[in-house]
Amino acid sequence: MNRILKTTAIAAAVMGVVGVAQARDQVRIVGSSTVYPFASYVAEEFGATTDFPTPVIESTGSGGGARLFCNGIGEGTPDITNASRRMKPSEFERCVENGVTDITEAFIGYDGIAFAQSNENDAMDVTLEQIFLALAAQVPVDGELVDNPYTQWNEIDDSLPAREIAVYGPPTTSGTRDAFEELVMEAASEEMDAYGGEGYTDIRTDGAFIDAGENDNLIVQRLAENTEAFGIFGYSFLEENSDSMMGSSIDGVAPTPDAIGSGDYPVSRSMFFYVKNQHADEVPAMNEYANLFMSEQMIGDLGYLKGIGLIPAPEEMRAEARSAVENHETLELADLK
Amino acid sequence: MSQSFDEISAQLRRRHRKSARLKWMSMGALGLAGLFLVLFFTDMMIKGLPAFQQAQIQVEVDYSEQASQLPLAAVQEDVRPLVSRGYLRLIPGRMEDNAELLGTTRMEWVLADSQVDQYLKGHHTRLSDSEQEVVDRLQAEGRAELRFNTTFFTSGDSKMPELAGIASAAMGTVMTLLVTLAVSFPIGVMTAVYLEEFAPDNRFTQLIEININNLAAIPSILFGLLGLAIFINFFGVPRSSPVVGGLTLALMTLPVIIISTRTALRSVPDSIRHAAFGVGCSRWQVVRDHVLPLALPGIMTGSIIGLAQAMGETAPLIIVGMVAFIPDVAASFSEAATVLPAQIFTWAGEPERAFIEKTSGGILVLLAVLISLNATAVVLRKKFERRW
Repeated sequence: MNRILKTTAIAAAVMGVVGVAQARDQVRIVGSSTVYPFASYVAEEFGATTDFPTPVIESTGSGGGARLFCNGIGEGTPDITNASRRMKPSEFERCVENGVTDITEAFIGYDGIAFAQSNENDAMDVTLEQIFLALAAQVPVDGELVDNPYTQWNEIDDSLPAREIAVYGPPTTSGTRDAFEELVMEAASEEMDAYGGEGYTDIRTDGAFIDAGENDNLIVQRLAENTEAFGIFGYSFLEENSDSMMGSSIDGVAPTPDAIGSGDYPVSRSMFFYVKNQHADEVPAMNEYANLFMSEQMIGDLGYLKGIGLIPAPEEMRAEARSAVENHETLELADLK
Repeated sequence: MSQSFDEISAQLRRRHRKSARLKWMSMGALGLAGLFLVLFFTDMMIKGLPAFQQAQIQVEVDYSEQASQLPLAAVQEDVRPLVSRGYLRLIPGRMEDNAELLGTTRMEWVLADSQVDQYLKGHHTRLSDSEQEVVDRLQAEGRAELRFNTTFFTSGDSKMPELAGIASAAMGTVMTLLVTLAVSFPIGVMTAVYLEEFAPDNRFTQLIEININNLAAIPSILFGLLGLAIFINFFGVPRSSPVVGGLTLALMTLPVIIISTRTALRSVPDSIRHAAFGVGCSRWQVVRDHVLPLALPGIMTGSIIGLAQAMGETAPLIIVGMVAFIPDVAASFSEAATVLPAQIFTWAGEPERAFIEKTSGGILVLLAVLISLNATAVVLRKKFERRW
């Protein structure tokens, strides 16, 4: 009997340790891998300069983040999700279904997607349409949609060099890929009659587009070796590797911070994070973190995040976004449509 | 039918040639494997060794009233971009803690920005020409040098390469493996003892055996999904914590421990058991006093190898949230923590070039730990192994 008691006690103790309720003064953040470098920079600053512990940030991708975020309210769910695109109406509806009704949207700035190559080559300026024709699975030839026949850039346009079409890019799980499909593929195909005015986003799978994995560094490394090829990756990686990489101008606009911030560079996207206001009482650090993120010293023209590749938004937009966060403005479904 | 001498000697030569060819081919295979290993190690060494050094510069730090508000004001304008922000941002806090600092000016060796570090190491840097001149001047005056990088071992992850270290990941690894060991070792050994010493040989135990062998070959990410479903979603174990990581890895390590323990038990000759039964020991006494002690070296070796395998695992930990930005060293088993391979994975994705050497440096540390673990396993086996 004594033994049984002992065993039970030990088992209970083990379960006790395991089942310890999550004491949460630590903010939990999930979401986009594009926003991750910026968010973790702010998180670290927050941990180092306040008495709160450093928030934990998981890089789950925008979609994965929204799924975790919208699982409900309570200690087991994240407080903030980062997104490299706006929350989708379907995601918002799922949030509401699960009781996450009070969300504030925070707009933090822009990120550009570079179409780049090794700088051992001559610069090659392209248009959205040329990139589309090089990468789409089916392209119009004489008014008919056929499997993409192009193998060299000069077959698309005589002005382009006779180089083989080889493009390293992110996989379908990546937010960069989502943005690329929307900003390049859709934008270019909407104006082509052959697709009936609808966006066409299927990327060819015959080897010209090479899925290079989520890690942008890997794409940069492979471009350094395969100088014939192009790569699609975040602007911050282009900036950091400016000694070996060169970004192509798209529609005549070079990927510079100014051009990305003003929207002249066509492949730029907005970055957001979403705050679960219902957690404000249990996780007091959450709002402090959000306010630090929105402060001028972070996302401003001279902010720290600019140094690691964030493209700041114009001043009025920053002020507007900041006041939305400070006043905990509630996101409505109508805002997203 | 008889063969002539010539035929036989020709056949012999052919056979000798064949065996010589096989020998060369296997030596070639070994050589190729060795070559890859050497290539990998040299690459890691060349890239990783610089991580153990870090640039420091000597600057005048002015603890003025202004510096307590705006830490940038604490250092002279020309060296401002060269000092690590990780150092500067702590100045207001330090001044609050030590009131006597206010109004003083001191020469201090401070952590340099990673761009200075990269410049001094001869790598690509984003410093402007004028900033490079300042660094050159400081270096000529003996005020800028590469020192042993203690930060790498004492601090956790950081977005600033000069501040990033493996402390939180190393601590997380230790805690996670403790949980793994505490769960998988007793359960694994007990299971093996039951299956080997007590269980009858019937359909049911055969089914269990097949399943255990099967589990050992399952992709580790599936254990992560299982961990997420059972431990986090069902039992409510805190996400990202060493407890949930340890339990998940324990699931993965269990089959390895069970299989190696069974092999070790099986290698204990039956004569030992028979002798013990002969003098009237119960089954439990036979196992406890004779079989287990004799099989222990084998069990330990298997467990260490199982743990080493768990230590290098990242995939299942992604699913339970341990691959994340976690700079703080976890103080308890239910706090968020990360592990060494996860840290390496995180660094490999950072855009800053200085993280390349951190990544390789982390790999070197992980390799060193794994080699010592495996060496311990070999030593244990050599020292206590008994041949029958």
